Amino acid sequence: MTTEEKYVAAAYLVVFVVLLVYVLIMAAKVARLERTITELVERVRARG
Amino acid sequence: MLLGVAIAMVAFYAPLDEDGLNQKIFYFHVPIALTAYACFGWGAWKGLRHLWKRSPGADLESYVAIHQGVIFAAMTLVTGSIWARYRWGHWWLWSSKQLVLFLVLFLFYSAYFMLRFSVEPGPRRANLSAVYAIFGVVLIPVSFLAIRLASDYIHPVAFEPSGPQMSGSQFLTFCVCLAAMLSLFAALYRLELAGKRIDARLRELRELLG
Repeated sequence: MTTEEKYVAAAYLVVFVVLLVYVLIMAAKVARLERTITELVERVRARG
Repeated sequence: MLLGVAIAMVAFYAPLDEDGLNQKIFYFHVPIALTAYACFGWGAWKGLRHLWKRSPGADLESYVAIHQGVIFAAMTLVTGSIWARYRWGHWWLWSSKQLVLFLVLFLFYSAYFMLRFSVEPGPRRANLSAVYAIFGVVLIPVSFLAIRLASDYIHPVAFEPSGPQMSGSQFLTFCVCLAAMLSLFAALYRLELAGKRIDARLRELRELLG
C-alpha cells in the first residue's frame, strides 16, 4: 500500500468510524427507550 | 443506498487528475463541508421559526440540526487535515484564512452546547439557543466566500463563476456524493429527532404515572 493510498484510506475510515459510533450511540439510546417503555407498561399493568 | 452508489462511483467511475489518488478525498470532504453548512443553516432557520412563529418543537429541531452540523464539521476538519498532510506536508496551516474560519465556525457551534446546557430547560434556554444559532449562520457565507476571496489561494477552488473546475464525470460523482451526504443528514436528523421526541414523551408519561 502506497503512502497516498494510506491517506485516502484513513480519510474514508474516519468518516466510517464517526458514522459507526453515531449509529451505535443511537442504537444504545433506542435500547434504553425500549427498556423505559417496558418499565412503564409494567407499571400501568400493576395498577390494573 | 445512495451512499453505496457514491462510494462505488468514487472508486470505479471518477477519473484521477493531477492530484492523484489523494483527490478521491475531495468527493467526500467537500460534500461533508457543504452538509455541515446546510445543517447549521437549517438549525438557524428552525431557531428563527421558534422566535418568530413560536413553532412547537422548532427549538428541538434546531438543536438536533446543530448537533449534526458539529459532527459533519468535525469530519470536514479531519478529512481536510488528512488531505492537507499529503498534499501540503502539514496537518494544519494557521496562515490559511479559510481553514481558520472554518475552525472558528466549528468552535462557535461547539460552544452552542455549552450555552444551551448552562441554562435550565424552558423558554429562556430555547430563546437563547435560537438567537445563538441565528448569529452563527452569519459565519457560513464568510467561511464559504473566504475560500474564494483569500489572497493566499492555498486552498484549492473547485467551483468558480465560470463553472466547476473538473471533468463531467468528476462533477457527476461529486453531485452524487453531495446528494448522498445530504440524504445521510436527513436520515440521521429524523432518527435523532424521533429518539428525542419519544424520550420527552416517555418522561412526561413517567411523571403522569407518578
